[in-house]
Amino acid sequence: GRQERHLSFIISIHMFAVRESGGFDFDLTARNARLENDMKGALPKAKKTGTTIAGIIFKDGVILGADTRATEGPIVADPNCFKIHYITKNIYCCGAGTAADCEFVTANMSSQLELHRLSTGREVRVVTAVKMLSHFLFKYQGHISAALVIGGVDCTGSHLYSVWPHGSVDKLPFVTMGSGCLAAISMFEHGYKDAIEKDEGVNLVRAA
Amino acid sequence: TGNPPYPTDDPALGTTIMAVVYDGGVVMGADSRTSAGSYIANRAADKITLVHDSIFVCRSGSAADTQALTDYLKLYLGMHSLDLEEAPSVQTAAHLINQLLYSNKNHLMAGMIVAGWDKRNGPSVFNIPLGGGVIPELYSIGGSGSSYIYGYVDANFKKNMTKEEAQTFVKNAVSLAIARDGSSGGLIRTVTISADGVERELVLGDKLPKIGFGQ
Repeated sequence: GRQERHLSFIISIHMFAVRESGGFDFDLTARNARLENDMKGALPKAKKTGTTIAGIIFKDGVILGADTRATEGPIVADPNCFKIHYITKNIYCCGAGTAADCEFVTANMSSQLELHRLSTGREVRVVTAVKMLSHFLFKYQGHISAALVIGGVDCTGSHLYSVWPHGSVDKLPFVTMGSGCLAAISMFEHGYKDAIEKDEGVNLVRAA
Repeated sequence: TGNPPYPTDDPALGTTIMAVVYDGGVVMGADSRTSAGSYIANRAADKITLVHDSIFVCRSGSAADTQALTDYLKLYLGMHSLDLEEAPSVQTAAHLINQLLYSNKNHLMAGMIVAGWDKRNGPSVFNIPLGGGVIPELYSIGGSGSSYIYGYVDANFKKNMTKEEAQTFVKNAVSLAIARDGSSGGLIRTVTISADGVERELVLGDKLPKIGFGQ
């Protein structure tokens, strides 16, 4: 009766107060579903970057490129945002899809890789970053909407990968992702050549 | 028509994959197309993945699912071979990946062909279809493109072919499948595994064998 209700009230306060640390938390999905039902489509949209991100391998390394527009529906939320994220000193990552997902996934990975670098005493390899990212995204079965272009240079050479939200990885000499990927890849298919020079490569990425 | 002009589908390996036992080894072959809906996300994919020194897996189905499965298989086989203090058998690899696939069949879309060479049994090919199950065969085809070449492979397979005969057989079959299947294309990759080691070969898209169609 009254005591049971009092107890369950305390337990529910306790559950809110003591949060498990680390990782993502999908507790609010039920609330969001209810709101969507009540407000019937008038919900604010998550900031989603309609984006073009691209990367190429050139003679001496990797060139990554991205546009800088972040949109909230038809509105430009940020006309000059950074879509190329720092992972480690020798690895950078472009992100397309949900801005928050890209931001958090790359920041989380950067932090984990710094610890990895300190414990192994070695420069981080691109393939390590890619494996950790793809395994992470696969675990969330595509619900984390992050489409990434990762490039870097390590002791084994220059490497460029694209990672899809479900966790699949493609290793290629040139990649594009985001809503503008079709237009960009056509520029690369036309203008890319093996061991392209830096200036030519930069102009190609810019054009794409 | 309401479709956004960028890929929204999860990358899938439409695919033509196959593996054939010859006298002394196996030849595995695959096309190189990864599609995200109608967009080709990767036109030069490598669908024949190494899981141990002389054991490879041909992947078809969801790109993410099959990459994750072969990553796990590589890990488990590596650990198993440390316990065994010798190279694991192809049969072990096939059954290991089957356990992963069958236990998670409701969440995975993966059809695999496990093939290789081991000391005890020589060359082996195992087909692992969508729902699980391990089927040992002398030759095996898989993926969406395989439907178009059942007749060709059934009519042209011979036991104890030489290595060159088997390689030609695989390249011809995959080439025919690519010609008819929209989800297969690009180049043909082959991997030949025997007691002598592993040989990788590439046939570029413009140099595909001219077979059939009145050639």
